[in-house]
Amino acid sequence: MFEGVPLTWFLITGTIMFFVGIYGFLVRKNLITILMSTELILNSVNINFVAFNKILYPDHLEGMFFSLFIIAVAAAEASVAIAIIINIYRRLVDINVEKMNEMKY
Amino acid sequence: MTPNQLMFAIFSAVIIIFSILTVTSRRILRAATFLLFVLVATGGLYFLLRFNYLAAIQLTLYAGGIVVMIIFSILLTSHIAEKLEAPDLKKIIPALFAAAGGALITIATILQHKFPVEVIAGSNRTDIREIAKSLISTEKFGYALPFEVISILLLAAMVGAIILAKKRKD
Repeated sequence: MFEGVPLTWFLITGTIMFFVGIYGFLVRKNLITILMSTELILNSVNINFVAFNKILYPDHLEGMFFSLFIIAVAAAEASVAIAIIINIYRRLVDINVEKMNEMKY
Repeated sequence: MTPNQLMFAIFSAVIIIFSILTVTSRRILRAATFLLFVLVATGGLYFLLRFNYLAAIQLTLYAGGIVVMIIFSILLTSHIAEKLEAPDLKKIIPALFAAAGGALITIATILQHKFPVEVIAGSNRTDIREIAKSLISTEKFGYALPFEVISILLLAAMVGAIILAKKRKD
């Protein structure tokens, strides 16, 4: 309970966001929208970490640091993924995953 | 309803509605804008939990950096007016089944689980001085090693992104 807001509310919000991201990851065909779904998934995990930290262990800071490092890893991942997507677009002029059956050049 | 609950309800409604719109919108630039709303609302949740530094990082790095990068790559790779083709039903149904099933199981587990009610006394100090001390401390609850490792990861990602995206001579 954080000043009237129970922990489960945060967890349910994170869960819904996570599975919406999973749905997008499975359904989408465009590589950039798949990347956006991945960002949703990573972000929902951050909400859980932060809520656990604040509500169950308010005398520690572990959850915040985990979220911080997840954000850094997400930024690195997004930059490399976008570099790969642009490279693929330059070679195949299409970023549909179903037309991408060879990654080796 | 307390003000905190009201703010949580607003942020959580924005997160849920716009994340659904992000994965269903057929215009890719709109999907990126909806993603921006989701990330800003998440930053609002961090502000609600008094993690001011983390919320600032969320707004600058996620909502500022990553979304701008995604929008740039959208503008580089697709036409703005272009509509994505709708996914066929054969793909939607299993994905919807997997997502809804997983969400239901997880929410049922969360609601059943008894989280400890008594709150541990004391509140964490989230001012920037404490965070900075923890990040470079090598003692218990210090994060010097992950801090260094993530700096190498960021360097590797930067070099990798430049090498991958640069034009080849051939």
